[in-house]
Amino acid sequence: MAELFVNAALGMFSLMVTLETVAAREHRTIRCEARDREGLLVAWLSELLYYVDAEELLFSRFTVQSLSSTQISAGAFGEPIDRSRHDLHFGVKAVTRHMLRLAETADGYEARILFDI
Amino acid sequence: MTPPTSWKRVLQKIDDHRWLLPQDYKQGMRVPGLIFASEEMMDAIGQDQAIEQVANVAFLPGIVKYSMAMPDIHWGYGFPIGGVAAMRADDGVVSPGGVGFDINCGTRVLRTNLTEDEVRPKIKELMDQIFRDIPSGVGGHGQIIASGGEIDDILGTGARWALQNGYAWPEDVESIEGGGALPGADPSAVSRKAKDRGSPQLGTIGSGNHFLEVQAIDEIYRPADARVMGIESPGQVMVFIHCGSRGLGHQVCQDYLDVMEGASGRYGIELPDKQLACAPIKSPEGRAYLGAMTAAANFAFCNRQLITHWTREVFRRIFARDPRDDLGMFLVYDVAHNIAKMEQHRVNGHEMLLCVHRKGATRAFPPGHHDVPARYQDIGQPVLVPGDMGRYSYIAVGTTQAMAETWGSACHGAGRIRSRHEAKRVLKGVDVAGRLAEQGIYVRAQSRALLAEEASEAYKDVAQVIDVLDQAGITHKVCRMHPIGVVKG
Repeated sequence: MAELFVNAALGMFSLMVTLETVAAREHRTIRCEARDREGLLVAWLSELLYYVDAEELLFSRFTVQSLSSTQISAGAFGEPIDRSRHDLHFGVKAVTRHMLRLAETADGYEARILFDI
Repeated sequence: MTPPTSWKRVLQKIDDHRWLLPQDYKQGMRVPGLIFASEEMMDAIGQDQAIEQVANVAFLPGIVKYSMAMPDIHWGYGFPIGGVAAMRADDGVVSPGGVGFDINCGTRVLRTNLTEDEVRPKIKELMDQIFRDIPSGVGGHGQIIASGGEIDDILGTGARWALQNGYAWPEDVESIEGGGALPGADPSAVSRKAKDRGSPQLGTIGSGNHFLEVQAIDEIYRPADARVMGIESPGQVMVFIHCGSRGLGHQVCQDYLDVMEGASGRYGIELPDKQLACAPIKSPEGRAYLGAMTAAANFAFCNRQLITHWTREVFRRIFARDPRDDLGMFLVYDVAHNIAKMEQHRVNGHEMLLCVHRKGATRAFPPGHHDVPARYQDIGQPVLVPGDMGRYSYIAVGTTQAMAETWGSACHGAGRIRSRHEAKRVLKGVDVAGRLAEQGIYVRAQSRALLAEEASEAYKDVAQVIDVLDQAGITHKVCRMHPIGVVKG
């Protein structure tokens, strides 16, 4: 499940920027809570978006310290947006619950998340 | 639920522009649906879940008359985009899904005294400077960063804050919906997080379908109305701005979706779709959302005003002429298309206070309405309808018919026909910027991928959208403009 949360974050940031161009120089600790696992996934990604707008940070690496179905504590690593160096794509406005799905499959966990862009 | 294979079997055609979704289509609908579209457009509209969403909105407590959709309807979050729904203030609900993430996403148009012939030789220089001074896309903060105290003032007073701080002309605020400062804003209902996200973003365009275009008038349909707007002849250069409340509004929506999810259950509101989460207008949750949403709307008015200020400064620099005295860069109008507002309307012969949700729909008030600026009293409120960056945009005016039938609402744009993914696939290998250059349109964008997603192929022809409303008597089209310079995210 931790891997899914990390991959979802990587997926979201890959919409905004080519991840290889973002160095993991700065670190933020992210803690979120929600009523259920789906809600936690939305809360986690939304919390990361906050840093994009409020601190103009992009993240390219994540480590999960603890994770339950209602809370996550994790580290996000990245650096301030640099338009001359980062290969930027487009902004993500919001993480929606539209058609949100988080399921366990034979190959592990699978999630579908729709972003408002 | 799987949608019917052919909506045309479910919908009743009222006339060439109106389709009724009967109330008995789904048990629980409190009113029927009403969709404005031509027969041809209906084929495309029926491709996704948008009509099902029109039916779902009809479940909401207090909804009056119809769950409506404009011809640019497409699948949205809970409510369809292009949706209009009015709820009684007394026993109705307000829903963040009926406004959308980008609260007071809207449009504004400036006129100029310049002609296309004067601007074309400098278009590259002009758009490059706009691209530098008015950030778009990911990151890029504005030229001012609002402090904690300032952000609360902006949430309370919107574009009037800009006027007090030298970023507006007195005439500007007269030409903004609600005077650019909607009453009832409650900055204390906006989270710290939302304020943090918005503070650096004042005066920025954002990403997605947002843009700033320099356009030229190419057709005028109602010359007398156009003259009232300061539009004299084809070739006249205009500036069209489309953006909203940035991260601040997105966070307000996100915060209150969580609040409403709990509230819907507490108030025993049964919903066909969780995304329609809502609360009674008069409940503490409903009032808090309305206060926060109105504050975010004011932030958006201020944002578009600051973009206007810096656009005028760029024109001053590039043309070495005064934006006011020489270039006459006055604001034609500024109007929201993602908003919920408390408005008085006539329902079955009685005046009634309603909460009108317009999600991807533009207010279109008629001549003589007290909320229409003095100078537009005889012609009706300007309705600004952007098309895609490769075609054209329109200015229309609201009508008495709109007031009677759609709570004074019209379309907000062309409406997508291809998803972003599909548009990228169709245009794989196509140099969109190069193709636009061949059409005489100079485009600056942070992301090349975004250009394909925003190309003409991704959108309906806005001419068809506006013609449906024109023929239905909801709006009168006044003029059409084509882009010559585009800044995208």
